[in-house]
Amino acid sequence: MTERKFNADSTPVLALGYRFQWEPAQDCHVLLYPEGMVKLNGPAAEILKRISEKKQTVGELIAELKAAFNGADLDDDVYQFLEEAHDNDWIRAE
Amino acid sequence: MTTTGSEQNKAPGSTGGQMGLNAHNNIRQPLWLLAELTYACPLQCPYCSNPMDFANIKSELTTEEWINVFKQARAMGATQLGLSGGEPLARPDIIELIQEARNLGFYTNLITSGVGLDASKAQAFKDAGLDHIQVSFQSSSEDLNNLIAGTDAFQHKIEMAKAVKAAGYPMVLCFVTHRQNIDQIDEILDLAISLDADYVELATTQYYGWAMHNRDQLLPMKEQLVRAEAIAHRYQEEQKGNMKIYYVVPDYYEERPKACMNGWGNVFLTVTPDGTALPCHAARELPGMELPNVRDLSIKEIWNDSNDFNRFRGYDWMPEPCRSCDEKEKDFGGCRCQAFMLTGDPAKTDPVCSKSPDHHLVLEAIERGREEAAKPAQEAKPLVFRNPKNSKEICGL
Repeated sequence: MTERKFNADSTPVLALGYRFQWEPAQDCHVLLYPEGMVKLNGPAAEILKRISEKKQTVGELIAELKAAFNGADLDDDVYQFLEEAHDNDWIRAE
Repeated sequence: MTTTGSEQNKAPGSTGGQMGLNAHNNIRQPLWLLAELTYACPLQCPYCSNPMDFANIKSELTTEEWINVFKQARAMGATQLGLSGGEPLARPDIIELIQEARNLGFYTNLITSGVGLDASKAQAFKDAGLDHIQVSFQSSSEDLNNLIAGTDAFQHKIEMAKAVKAAGYPMVLCFVTHRQNIDQIDEILDLAISLDADYVELATTQYYGWAMHNRDQLLPMKEQLVRAEAIAHRYQEEQKGNMKIYYVVPDYYEERPKACMNGWGNVFLTVTPDGTALPCHAARELPGMELPNVRDLSIKEIWNDSNDFNRFRGYDWMPEPCRSCDEKEKDFGGCRCQAFMLTGDPAKTDPVCSKSPDHHLVLEAIERGREEAAKPAQEAKPLVFRNPKNSKEICGL
């Protein structure tokens, strides 16, 4: 990975034209974008759901996830996912 | 908690199921619904892929019938909806259709020429939940010159492209390229830059319908493509991070066919203005089609059981050289409509493939285009424009 796009104070938002939703026919959450769809696994969905629902910093997002998942140590995983999601043009940093 | 999957070569956090034009769908659901809402169109583009006999097709689905189609396709797992035509803005119920589709959970794409669009409509579409607008520019060389010169005729289009962006959409411009405008690709891209476009698709003319009829006048020459490709790549480099440029080589110049529709009856479902369900928007012209209609049958029955949708599904229908080819899962034997138009038999290997015994037909078409291009203007075959009068005359309606 080259330079990091996210720190605790940055705010991740869905990229323009991307939509997050539950997809009954796929039995999973998905990201929809022009002419495409990505099926998401559980952890990715937990992060993107929060990003799509409200604007908050990465620090706040991680705190919320920790509260929801019994204080699990997930900082590195979240940062790694955010960087990769950014590289895929799914999200951008504000 | 891990956020990346265990398999390699897939997007982080995805379950491996990317639905794009390059992915294969194992379950076979109509993921993509193309709703050709109307054949009415204020334009007369000679490269239109609508069927030649469109003037004969009169009875458009009602608002309720379209909504019923949306509901059925959505229940079967469709996520992408293309609202197309003709010109979809010619439907007076376009906003209602967008709203219903969006409420059903579709990702809604409007594919428009921009004619009939204004700033307040763009905002109304946004309010109705429209996800995406693609504005196509009709760039015949004459029009394009006007456009570049900034004459009034095209001022409206430019205004519309800006209005789309002002309404909060990415600006997605589509230019259909052919022999008569491809040499102006740098002007086209400069125009896109000046408009602050986000995406530019340099779409090559697909030779179906009206475009096939006009192919000798439209097919670009090799040297034009070499030049255009070099320019497109240069702009791609220069615009990295600003504007994404998609450039596709016309398949007549490829060695392998395109994976048309990502496989017949695999992910794409087209419903035409009169309710005919097709595995691709050009398939109406194939011989032996039964043309099931959504007025008579459910989408489920049509998708799963109709002869049309099963006709070229999978690999069993394939002739040689496809049948034993190790690339058949990549291109599905190419395009059935192209095979029919060039060879007269839709079940043959797409002649674009250099392994096809009919590949010479593609080379001959290229040669004919070159001969036409060399003729003085007064001897060249005139372009036939897509309008109801020509449709009736040519099809003897």
